[in-house]
Amino acid sequence: MPVPRSTTRSVLLSALIIGVLAALVWAVFPDTYRWHWGSFWDYRMLFFKGWLLMVGISLVAMVLSVLGGLALMMGTRAPWEIVRLFCGGYITLMRGTPLLVVLLLGYYGLVSPLRLGDALPAGTVLLAAFEAAYLAEIFRGALDSIGRSQREAARAVGFDVWQLYRYVLIPQSVRRALPGMAGELVSLVKSSSLLSVLGVDEITQITKLINARSYSSLEGFIPLALAYLAVTLPLTWLAQRLERRFAYET
Amino acid sequence: MKLEARDVVKAFGTHRALDGVTFETQSHARVVALLGPSGGGKSTLLRVLGCLLVPDTGRVLMDAQELPHNEAGALAERRTNGFVFQGYNLFPHLTALENVALPLRVVHGMQPAPAEAHAREMLDRLGLIGHETKRPAELSGGQQQRAAIARALAPTPRLLLLDEPTSALDPVMTGEVLDVIRELAHNGQQIVLATHEVSFARDVADWVIFLAQGRVQESRPATDFFSSPQTDLAREYLHGLARYR
Repeated sequence: MPVPRSTTRSVLLSALIIGVLAALVWAVFPDTYRWHWGSFWDYRMLFFKGWLLMVGISLVAMVLSVLGGLALMMGTRAPWEIVRLFCGGYITLMRGTPLLVVLLLGYYGLVSPLRLGDALPAGTVLLAAFEAAYLAEIFRGALDSIGRSQREAARAVGFDVWQLYRYVLIPQSVRRALPGMAGELVSLVKSSSLLSVLGVDEITQITKLINARSYSSLEGFIPLALAYLAVTLPLTWLAQRLERRFAYET
Repeated sequence: MKLEARDVVKAFGTHRALDGVTFETQSHARVVALLGPSGGGKSTLLRVLGCLLVPDTGRVLMDAQELPHNEAGALAERRTNGFVFQGYNLFPHLTALENVALPLRVVHGMQPAPAEAHAREMLDRLGLIGHETKRPAELSGGQQQRAAIARALAPTPRLLLLDEPTSALDPVMTGEVLDVIRELAHNGQQIVLATHEVSFARDVADWVIFLAQGRVQESRPATDFFSSPQTDLAREYLHGLARYR
Protein backbone atom coordinates (compact mmCIF):
# COMPACT_ATOMS: atom_id res chain seq x y z
CA MET A 1 0.00 0.00 0.00
CA PRO A 2 1.38 3.44 -0.83
CA VAL A 3 2.12 5.27 2.40
CA PRO A 4 0.90 8.90 2.42
CA ARG A 5 3.20 11.22 4.31
CA SER A 6 2.43 11.27 8.02
CA THR A 7 0.33 14.32 8.82
CA THR A 8 1.42 14.46 12.47
CA ARG A 9 5.08 14.38 11.56
CA SER A 10 4.74 17.08 8.92
CA VAL A 11 2.84 19.33 11.35
CA LEU A 12 5.60 18.89 13.95
CA LEU A 13 8.24 19.58 11.34
CA SER A 14 6.41 22.74 10.21
CA ALA A 15 6.19 23.93 13.83
CA LEU A 16 9.93 23.38 14.24
CA ILE A 17 10.72 25.36 11.10
CA ILE A 18 8.43 28.20 12.19
CA GLY A 19 10.13 28.21 15.60
CA VAL A 20 13.60 28.45 14.06
CA LEU A 21 12.47 31.27 11.76
CA ALA A 22 10.88 33.13 14.67
CA ALA A 23 14.11 32.81 16.68
CA LEU A 24 16.03 34.18 13.69
CA VAL A 25 13.66 37.16 13.39
CA TRP A 26 14.09 37.93 17.07
CA ALA A 27 17.87 37.58 16.76
CA VAL A 28 18.06 39.92 13.77
CA PHE A 29 15.68 42.53 15.16
CA PRO A 30 16.62 42.61 18.85
CA ASP A 31 16.03 46.29 19.67
CA THR A 32 15.73 48.08 16.37
CA TYR A 33 12.32 46.65 15.43
CA ARG A 34 9.43 47.83 17.52
CA TRP A 35 6.40 45.62 17.39
CA HIS A 36 3.07 47.41 16.94
CA TRP A 37 0.63 44.53 17.32
CA GLY A 38 -1.92 46.94 18.72
CA SER A 39 -2.27 48.99 15.56
CA PHE A 40 -2.70 45.80 13.51
CA TRP A 41 -5.30 44.52 15.99
CA ASP A 42 -7.42 47.60 15.23
CA TYR A 43 -7.85 46.36 11.68
CA ARG A 44 -8.65 42.75 12.58
CA MET A 45 -12.19 42.85 11.11
CA LEU A 46 -10.88 44.16 7.81
CA PHE A 47 -8.23 41.44 7.83
CA PHE A 48 -10.89 38.80 8.53
CA LYS A 49 -13.05 40.08 5.67
CA GLY A 50 -10.07 39.80 3.36
CA TRP A 51 -9.53 36.24 4.57
CA LEU A 52 -13.16 35.36 3.89
CA LEU A 53 -12.90 36.80 0.38
CA MET A 54 -9.73 34.74 -0.23
CA VAL A 55 -11.54 31.59 0.89
CA GLY A 56 -14.52 32.47 -1.31
CA ILE A 57 -12.37 33.16 -4.38
CA SER A 58 -10.50 29.90 -3.80
CA LEU A 59 -13.63 27.80 -3.41
CA VAL A 60 -15.28 29.19 -6.56
CA ALA A 61 -12.05 28.93 -8.55
CA MET A 62 -11.51 25.34 -7.32
CA VAL A 63 -14.92 24.21 -8.55
CA LEU A 64 -14.50 26.05 -11.87
CA SER A 65 -10.96 24.77 -12.39
CA VAL A 66 -11.87 21.13 -11.71
CA LEU A 67 -14.80 21.37 -14.15
CA GLY A 68 -12.62 23.21 -16.66
CA GLY A 69 -9.80 20.69 -16.23
CA LEU A 70 -12.16 17.79 -16.88
CA ALA A 71 -13.60 19.53 -19.93
CA LEU A 72 -10.13 20.29 -21.31
CA MET A 73 -8.99 16.71 -20.69
CA MET A 74 -12.01 15.34 -22.52
CA GLY A 75 -11.44 17.94 -25.23
CA THR A 76 -7.96 16.58 -25.87
CA ARG A 77 -9.51 13.20 -26.65
CA ALA A 78 -12.51 14.48 -28.58
CA PRO A 79 -13.29 12.89 -31.94
CA TRP A 80 -12.98 16.30 -33.70
CA GLU A 81 -9.47 17.43 -34.53
CA ILE A 82 -10.25 21.15 -34.19
CA VAL A 83 -11.38 20.63 -30.56
CA ARG A 84 -8.31 18.50 -29.79
CA LEU A 85 -6.01 21.15 -31.27
CA PHE A 86 -7.71 23.99 -29.40
CA CYS A 87 -7.62 22.22 -26.03
CA GLY A 88 -4.05 21.01 -26.48
CA GLY A 89 -2.90 24.48 -27.52
CA TYR A 90 -4.74 26.12 -24.64
CA ILE A 91 -3.10 23.78 -22.12
CA THR A 92 0.39 24.37 -23.56
CA LEU A 93 -0.01 28.16 -23.67
CA MET A 94 -1.42 28.44 -20.15
CA ARG A 95 1.25 26.19 -18.68
CA GLY A 96 3.93 28.23 -20.35
CA THR A 97 2.74 31.61 -19.11
CA PRO A 98 3.10 33.03 -15.56
CA LEU A 99 -0.21 33.48 -13.74
CA LEU A 100 0.67 37.14 -13.13
CA VAL A 101 0.86 37.72 -16.89
CA VAL A 102 -2.36 35.79 -17.51
CA LEU A 103 -4.14 37.98 -14.94
CA LEU A 104 -2.75 41.27 -16.28
CA LEU A 105 -3.26 40.39 -19.95
CA GLY A 106 -6.64 38.75 -19.36
CA TYR A 107 -8.02 41.60 -17.32
CA TYR A 108 -6.48 44.70 -18.93
CA GLY A 109 -6.35 43.18 -22.42
CA LEU A 110 -9.69 41.44 -22.59
CA VAL A 111 -12.13 41.79 -19.70
CA SER A 112 -11.73 45.49 -18.99
CA PRO A 113 -11.79 46.89 -22.58
CA LEU A 114 -14.76 44.69 -23.51
CA ARG A 115 -16.47 45.60 -20.21
CA LEU A 116 -17.03 41.92 -19.42
CA GLY A 117 -17.04 42.31 -15.65
CA ASP A 118 -15.38 43.57 -12.50
CA ALA A 119 -11.92 42.64 -11.30
CA LEU A 120 -13.22 40.19 -8.66
CA PRO A 121 -15.23 37.82 -10.91
CA ALA A 122 -12.79 38.28 -13.78
CA GLY A 123 -9.79 37.49 -11.59
CA THR A 124 -11.51 34.44 -10.13
CA VAL A 125 -12.35 33.06 -13.58
CA LEU A 126 -8.83 33.79 -14.90
CA LEU A 127 -7.33 32.00 -11.89
CA ALA A 128 -9.60 29.01 -12.52
CA ALA A 129 -8.80 29.06 -16.25
CA PHE A 130 -5.10 29.01 -15.44
CA GLU A 131 -5.29 26.14 -12.95
CA ALA A 132 -7.63 24.17 -15.22
CA ALA A 133 -4.75 23.71 -17.68
CA TYR A 134 -2.63 22.04 -14.98
CA LEU A 135 -5.53 19.94 -13.68
CA ALA A 136 -6.30 18.75 -17.24
CA GLU A 137 -2.79 17.34 -17.47
CA ILE A 138 -3.12 15.67 -14.04
CA PHE A 139 -6.45 14.09 -15.06
CA ARG A 140 -5.01 12.98 -18.40
CA GLY A 141 -2.02 11.36 -16.69
CA ALA A 142 -4.29 9.53 -14.23
CA LEU A 143 -6.56 8.24 -16.99
CA ASP A 144 -3.69 7.21 -19.25
CA SER A 145 -2.02 5.33 -16.41
CA ILE A 146 -4.87 2.82 -16.29
CA GLY A 147 -3.72 -0.18 -18.25
CA ARG A 148 -5.16 -1.50 -21.48
CA SER A 149 -6.08 -4.71 -19.69
CA GLN A 150 -8.66 -2.82 -17.63
CA ARG A 151 -10.30 -1.40 -20.75
CA GLU A 152 -10.33 -4.84 -22.29
CA ALA A 153 -11.75 -6.43 -19.14
CA ALA A 154 -14.51 -3.82 -19.12
CA ARG A 155 -15.35 -4.53 -22.76
CA ALA A 156 -15.23 -8.26 -22.04
CA VAL A 157 -17.85 -8.09 -19.27
CA GLY A 158 -20.08 -6.21 -21.70
CA PHE A 159 -19.69 -2.59 -20.55
CA ASP A 160 -20.45 0.05 -23.16
CA VAL A 161 -18.25 3.15 -23.41
CA TRP A 162 -20.26 5.07 -20.82
CA GLN A 163 -20.12 2.16 -18.35
CA LEU A 164 -16.38 1.79 -19.01
CA TYR A 165 -15.84 5.35 -17.78
CA ARG A 166 -18.45 5.25 -15.01
CA TYR A 167 -17.46 1.97 -13.36
CA VAL A 168 -13.82 1.41 -14.30
CA LEU A 169 -11.82 4.40 -15.54
CA ILE A 170 -13.17 7.25 -13.39
CA PRO A 171 -13.14 5.41 -10.02
CA GLN A 172 -9.60 4.23 -10.62
CA SER A 173 -8.27 7.50 -11.97
CA VAL A 174 -9.78 9.61 -9.16
CA ARG A 175 -7.43 7.92 -6.70
CA ARG A 176 -4.44 8.34 -8.96
CA ALA A 177 -5.27 12.01 -9.61
CA LEU A 178 -5.83 12.88 -5.92
CA PRO A 179 -2.25 13.65 -4.80
CA GLY A 180 -1.52 15.82 -7.84
CA MET A 181 -4.92 17.47 -7.71
CA ALA A 182 -4.59 18.30 -4.00
CA GLY A 183 -1.21 19.89 -4.65
CA GLU A 184 -2.67 21.93 -7.48
CA LEU A 185 -5.61 23.14 -5.36
CA VAL A 186 -3.25 24.18 -2.55
CA SER A 187 -1.28 26.06 -5.17
CA LEU A 188 -4.52 27.70 -6.34
CA VAL A 189 -5.25 29.01 -2.85
CA LYS A 190 -1.78 30.57 -2.64
CA SER A 191 -2.01 31.93 -6.17
CA SER A 192 -5.20 33.79 -5.30
CA SER A 193 -2.87 36.31 -3.60
CA LEU A 194 -1.92 37.52 -7.08
CA LEU A 195 -5.44 38.87 -7.60
CA SER A 196 -4.17 41.80 -5.54
CA VAL A 197 -2.54 43.15 -8.71
CA LEU A 198 -6.02 43.70 -10.15
CA GLY A 199 -6.99 45.64 -7.03
CA VAL A 200 -9.21 42.89 -5.64
CA ASP A 201 -9.56 43.35 -1.88
CA GLU A 202 -8.46 39.86 -0.98
CA ILE A 203 -6.30 39.23 2.04
CA THR A 204 -2.87 40.07 0.58
CA GLN A 205 -4.14 43.39 -0.78
CA ILE A 206 -5.87 44.12 2.54
CA THR A 207 -2.69 43.33 4.49
CA LYS A 208 -0.62 45.69 2.38
CA LEU A 209 -3.29 48.32 3.00
CA ILE A 210 -3.29 47.73 6.76
CA ASN A 211 0.50 47.82 6.85
CA ALA A 212 0.48 51.15 5.05
CA ARG A 213 -2.12 52.65 7.36
CA SER A 214 -0.55 51.36 10.59
CA TYR A 215 3.10 51.89 9.60
CA SER A 216 3.88 48.24 10.26
CA SER A 217 5.14 45.32 8.14
CA LEU A 218 5.83 42.06 9.97
CA GLU A 219 2.70 42.53 12.11
CA GLY A 220 0.72 42.15 8.90
CA PHE A 221 2.79 39.63 6.99
CA ILE A 222 3.11 37.08 9.79
CA PRO A 223 -0.68 36.81 10.29
CA LEU A 224 -0.97 36.79 6.48
CA ALA A 225 1.21 33.67 6.22
CA LEU A 226 -0.76 32.04 9.06
CA ALA A 227 -4.04 32.94 7.34
CA TYR A 228 -2.99 31.04 4.19
CA LEU A 229 -1.73 28.09 6.24
CA ALA A 230 -5.11 27.98 7.98
CA VAL A 231 -6.58 27.05 4.59
CA THR A 232 -3.80 25.05 2.95
CA LEU A 233 -2.92 22.75 5.87
CA PRO A 234 -6.48 21.43 6.38
CA LEU A 235 -6.73 21.02 2.61
CA THR A 236 -3.56 18.91 2.57
CA TRP A 237 -4.81 16.88 5.52
CA LEU A 238 -8.17 16.30 3.82
CA ALA A 239 -6.46 15.15 0.63
CA GLN A 240 -4.36 12.66 2.57
CA ARG A 241 -7.44 11.25 4.26
CA LEU A 242 -9.24 10.88 0.92
CA GLU A 243 -6.15 9.27 -0.57
CA ARG A 244 -6.15 6.67 2.19
CA ARG A 245 -9.86 6.05 1.69
CA PHE A 246 -9.36 5.32 -2.00
CA ALA A 247 -6.19 3.31 -1.42
CA TYR A 248 -6.02 -0.19 -2.84
CA GLU A 249 -3.28 -2.09 -4.56
CA THR A 250 -3.28 -2.62 -8.28
CA MET B 1 -21.12 -25.37 -31.64
CA LYS B 2 -19.57 -25.08 -35.03
CA LEU B 3 -16.96 -22.40 -35.70
CA GLU B 4 -15.98 -21.25 -39.16
CA ALA B 5 -13.59 -18.56 -40.38
CA ARG B 6 -13.01 -17.51 -43.97
CA ASP B 7 -9.98 -15.43 -44.98
CA VAL B 8 -9.93 -13.49 -41.71
CA VAL B 9 -7.33 -10.71 -41.61
CA LYS B 10 -6.59 -8.56 -38.57
CA ALA B 11 -3.62 -6.19 -38.68
CA PHE B 12 -2.15 -3.96 -35.96
CA GLY B 13 -0.26 -1.28 -37.85
CA THR B 14 1.83 -3.15 -40.39
CA HIS B 15 1.80 -6.41 -38.40
CA ARG B 16 -0.78 -8.88 -39.68
CA ALA B 17 -1.63 -10.84 -36.52
CA LEU B 18 -4.15 -12.87 -38.50
CA ASP B 19 -3.07 -13.26 -42.09
CA GLY B 20 -5.90 -14.99 -43.89
CA VAL B 21 -7.26 -17.40 -41.28
CA THR B 22 -9.56 -20.09 -42.64
CA PHE B 23 -10.88 -23.13 -40.80
CA GLU B 24 -14.03 -25.06 -40.03
CA THR B 25 -14.64 -27.17 -36.94
CA GLN B 26 -16.87 -30.22 -36.72
CA SER B 27 -20.51 -29.37 -36.10
CA HIS B 28 -20.51 -30.30 -32.41
CA ALA B 29 -17.12 -29.12 -31.17
CA ARG B 30 -17.58 -28.28 -27.51
CA VAL B 31 -14.06 -27.48 -26.36
CA VAL B 32 -11.87 -25.93 -29.05
CA ALA B 33 -8.18 -25.48 -28.19
CA LEU B 34 -6.09 -22.84 -29.94
CA LEU B 35 -2.50 -24.00 -29.89
CA GLY B 36 0.69 -22.64 -31.37
CA PRO B 37 3.81 -20.64 -30.64
CA SER B 38 3.59 -17.22 -28.94
CA GLY B 39 2.91 -14.45 -31.43
CA GLY B 40 1.27 -16.91 -33.79
CA GLY B 41 -2.17 -15.29 -33.56
CA LYS B 42 -3.92 -17.35 -30.85
CA SER B 43 -4.94 -14.40 -28.68
CA THR B 44 -6.06 -12.33 -31.66
CA LEU B 45 -8.18 -15.17 -33.05
CA LEU B 46 -9.70 -15.74 -29.61
CA ARG B 47 -10.64 -12.06 -29.42
CA VAL B 48 -12.15 -12.14 -32.89
CA LEU B 49 -14.19 -15.25 -32.02
CA GLY B 50 -15.42 -13.52 -28.85
CA CYS B 51 -16.22 -10.24 -30.66
CA LEU B 52 -13.66 -8.25 -28.63
CA LEU B 53 -12.02 -7.46 -31.96
CA VAL B 54 -13.68 -7.00 -35.31
CA PRO B 55 -11.59 -8.39 -38.21
CA ASP B 56 -10.41 -6.05 -40.99
CA THR B 57 -11.65 -8.42 -43.67
CA GLY B 58 -13.10 -11.89 -43.79
CA ARG B 59 -16.06 -13.60 -42.13
CA VAL B 60 -16.49 -15.54 -38.91
CA LEU B 61 -19.50 -17.78 -38.40
CA MET B 62 -20.73 -19.39 -35.22
CA ASP B 63 -23.33 -22.10 -35.78
CA ALA B 64 -23.80 -20.67 -39.30
CA GLN B 65 -24.56 -17.17 -37.93
CA GLU B 66 -22.14 -14.52 -39.13
CA LEU B 67 -20.55 -12.44 -36.34
CA PRO B 68 -21.33 -8.72 -36.59
CA HIS B 69 -18.89 -6.23 -38.09
CA ASN B 70 -20.15 -3.13 -36.27
CA GLU B 71 -19.45 -2.12 -32.65
CA ALA B 72 -23.09 -2.19 -31.50
CA GLY B 73 -23.58 -5.71 -32.78
CA ALA B 74 -20.24 -6.81 -31.35
CA LEU B 75 -21.23 -5.40 -27.92
CA ALA B 76 -24.49 -7.38 -27.95
CA GLU B 77 -22.56 -10.51 -28.94
CA ARG B 78 -19.89 -9.94 -26.25
CA ARG B 79 -22.63 -9.80 -23.62
CA THR B 80 -23.48 -13.44 -24.40
CA ASN B 81 -19.84 -14.52 -23.98
CA GLY B 82 -17.58 -14.90 -20.96
CA PHE B 83 -13.88 -14.04 -21.05
CA VAL B 84 -10.93 -14.96 -18.88
CA PHE B 85 -7.51 -13.52 -19.70
CA GLN B 86 -3.94 -14.31 -18.82
CA GLY B 87 -4.10 -12.28 -15.65
CA TYR B 88 -4.79 -9.00 -13.90
CA ASN B 89 -8.19 -8.52 -15.48
CA LEU B 90 -10.25 -8.19 -12.32
CA PHE B 91 -11.17 -4.62 -11.39
CA PRO B 92 -8.66 -3.79 -8.61
CA HIS B 93 -10.88 -1.19 -6.91
CA LEU B 94 -13.76 -3.65 -6.39
CA THR B 95 -14.09 -6.62 -4.01
CA ALA B 96 -14.29 -10.15 -5.43
CA LEU B 97 -18.05 -10.07 -4.86
CA GLU B 98 -18.50 -6.70 -6.60
CA ASN B 99 -16.37 -7.86 -9.52
CA VAL B 100 -18.92 -10.59 -10.15
CA ALA B 101 -22.09 -8.74 -9.14
CA LEU B 102 -21.51 -5.39 -10.92
CA PRO B 103 -21.79 -6.74 -14.51
CA LEU B 104 -24.86 -8.76 -13.47
CA ARG B 105 -26.55 -5.54 -12.34
CA VAL B 106 -25.50 -3.01 -14.93
CA VAL B 107 -25.10 -5.22 -18.01
CA HIS B 108 -27.60 -8.02 -17.43
CA GLY B 109 -30.23 -5.97 -15.59
CA MET B 110 -30.46 -8.03 -12.40
CA GLN B 111 -31.75 -6.44 -9.20
CA PRO B 112 -29.05 -5.81 -6.53
CA ALA B 113 -30.17 -8.52 -4.07
CA PRO B 114 -30.46 -11.44 -6.54
CA ALA B 115 -27.28 -10.27 -8.32
CA GLU B 116 -25.37 -10.41 -5.04
CA ALA B 117 -26.84 -13.78 -4.10
CA HIS B 118 -25.93 -15.20 -7.50
CA ALA B 119 -22.41 -13.74 -7.31
CA ARG B 120 -21.96 -15.32 -3.88
CA GLU B 121 -23.14 -18.65 -5.26
CA MET B 122 -20.63 -18.46 -8.12
CA LEU B 123 -17.75 -17.62 -5.76
CA ASP B 124 -18.83 -20.52 -3.56
CA ARG B 125 -18.81 -22.87 -6.55
CA LEU B 126 -15.25 -21.81 -7.33
CA GLY B 127 -14.08 -22.30 -3.77
CA LEU B 128 -13.81 -18.62 -2.87
CA ILE B 129 -16.24 -18.47 0.02
CA GLY B 130 -14.70 -16.37 2.79
CA HIS B 131 -12.89 -14.22 0.25
CA GLU B 132 -15.89 -12.21 -1.05
CA THR B 133 -14.92 -8.94 0.57
CA LYS B 134 -11.27 -9.10 -0.47
CA ARG B 135 -9.90 -6.96 -3.25
CA PRO B 136 -7.94 -8.70 -6.03
CA ALA B 137 -4.57 -7.68 -4.56
CA GLU B 138 -5.43 -9.61 -1.39
CA LEU B 139 -6.04 -12.84 -3.35
CA SER B 140 -3.44 -15.29 -4.65
CA GLY B 141 -2.95 -15.58 -8.41
CA GLY B 142 -4.98 -18.79 -8.51
CA GLN B 143 -7.78 -17.24 -6.46
CA GLN B 144 -7.81 -14.18 -8.72
CA GLN B 145 -8.12 -16.35 -11.77
CA ARG B 146 -10.92 -18.39 -10.17
CA ALA B 147 -12.71 -15.13 -9.31
CA ALA B 148 -12.28 -14.08 -12.95
CA ILE B 149 -13.82 -17.39 -14.03
CA ALA B 150 -16.70 -16.80 -11.58
CA ARG B 151 -17.27 -13.37 -13.13
CA ALA B 152 -17.19 -14.79 -16.65
CA LEU B 153 -19.57 -17.66 -15.78
CA ALA B 154 -22.06 -15.70 -13.65
CA PRO B 155 -24.27 -14.54 -16.56
CA THR B 156 -24.30 -18.16 -17.92
CA PRO B 157 -22.48 -17.37 -21.16
CA ARG B 158 -23.12 -19.35 -24.30
CA LEU B 159 -19.38 -19.50 -24.94
CA LEU B 160 -16.50 -19.19 -22.47
CA LEU B 161 -13.27 -17.86 -23.97
CA LEU B 162 -10.03 -18.39 -22.07
CA ASP B 163 -6.81 -16.71 -23.18
CA GLU B 164 -3.82 -18.51 -21.64
CA PRO B 165 -5.57 -18.52 -18.26
CA THR B 166 -2.64 -20.18 -16.44
CA SER B 167 0.39 -18.55 -18.09
CA ALA B 168 0.97 -16.19 -15.16
CA LEU B 169 0.52 -18.83 -12.47
CA ASP B 170 2.85 -21.21 -10.64
CA PRO B 171 2.30 -24.97 -11.05
CA VAL B 172 0.09 -25.35 -7.96
CA MET B 173 -2.18 -22.48 -8.96
CA THR B 174 -2.17 -23.71 -12.54
CA GLY B 175 -3.48 -27.04 -11.25
CA GLU B 176 -6.27 -25.27 -9.30
CA VAL B 177 -7.44 -23.36 -12.35
CA LEU B 178 -7.15 -26.27 -14.79
CA ASP B 179 -9.27 -28.42 -12.42
CA VAL B 180 -12.00 -25.81 -12.63
CA ILE B 181 -11.84 -25.64 -16.43
CA ARG B 182 -11.87 -29.42 -16.73
CA GLU B 183 -14.97 -29.60 -14.59
CA LEU B 184 -16.70 -26.96 -16.70
CA ALA B 185 -15.82 -28.84 -19.87
CA HIS B 186 -17.18 -32.09 -18.47
CA ASN B 187 -20.38 -30.33 -17.45
CA GLY B 188 -21.01 -29.27 -21.03
CA GLN B 189 -19.80 -25.63 -21.11
CA GLN B 190 -18.80 -24.55 -24.61
CA ILE B 191 -15.19 -23.36 -24.43
CA VAL B 192 -12.56 -21.83 -26.67
CA LEU B 193 -9.18 -22.06 -24.95
CA ALA B 194 -5.86 -20.60 -26.05
CA THR B 195 -3.10 -22.33 -24.10
CA HIS B 196 0.39 -23.75 -23.97
CA GLU B 197 -0.75 -26.53 -21.59
CA VAL B 198 -0.67 -29.19 -24.27
CA SER B 199 -1.35 -32.19 -22.04
CA PHE B 200 -4.36 -30.39 -20.60
CA ALA B 201 -5.60 -29.55 -24.10
CA ARG B 202 -5.15 -33.21 -25.08
CA ASP B 203 -7.32 -34.13 -22.09
CA VAL B 204 -10.25 -31.74 -22.55
CA ALA B 205 -10.33 -30.50 -26.14
CA ASP B 206 -12.26 -32.18 -28.89
CA TRP B 207 -11.00 -29.90 -31.66
CA VAL B 208 -7.60 -28.26 -32.13
CA ILE B 209 -6.73 -25.24 -34.25
CA PHE B 210 -2.96 -24.92 -34.58
CA LEU B 211 -1.83 -21.40 -35.49
CA ALA B 212 1.59 -20.10 -36.44
CA GLN B 213 2.66 -16.92 -38.26
CA GLY B 214 -0.93 -15.66 -38.32
CA ARG B 215 -2.23 -18.64 -40.28
CA VAL B 216 -4.05 -21.84 -39.45
CA GLN B 217 -1.59 -24.68 -39.97
CA GLU B 218 -3.93 -27.43 -38.84
CA SER B 219 -7.59 -27.65 -37.84
CA ARG B 220 -8.50 -31.18 -36.83
CA PRO B 221 -10.13 -33.33 -34.16
CA ALA B 222 -7.93 -33.28 -31.06
CA THR B 223 -7.18 -37.00 -31.03
CA ASP B 224 -5.97 -36.88 -34.65
CA PHE B 225 -3.87 -33.78 -34.04
CA PHE B 226 -2.06 -35.16 -31.03
CA SER B 227 -1.50 -38.66 -32.42
CA SER B 228 -0.27 -37.57 -35.84
CA PRO B 229 0.43 -33.86 -36.37
CA GLN B 230 0.67 -33.20 -40.10
CA THR B 231 2.83 -30.10 -40.35
CA ASP B 232 6.47 -29.73 -39.36
CA LEU B 233 5.59 -26.62 -37.34
CA ALA B 234 3.11 -28.57 -35.19
CA ARG B 235 5.50 -31.48 -34.78
CA GLU B 236 8.30 -29.13 -33.69
CA TYR B 237 5.96 -27.31 -31.33
CA LEU B 238 4.70 -30.47 -29.64
CA HIS B 239 8.18 -31.93 -29.52
CA GLY B 240 9.64 -28.74 -28.04
CA LEU B 241 6.99 -28.62 -25.32
CA ALA B 242 7.36 -32.30 -24.50
CA ARG B 243 11.13 -32.14 -24.10
CA TYR B 244 11.14 -30.96 -20.50
CA ARG B 245 7.91 -32.56 -19.29
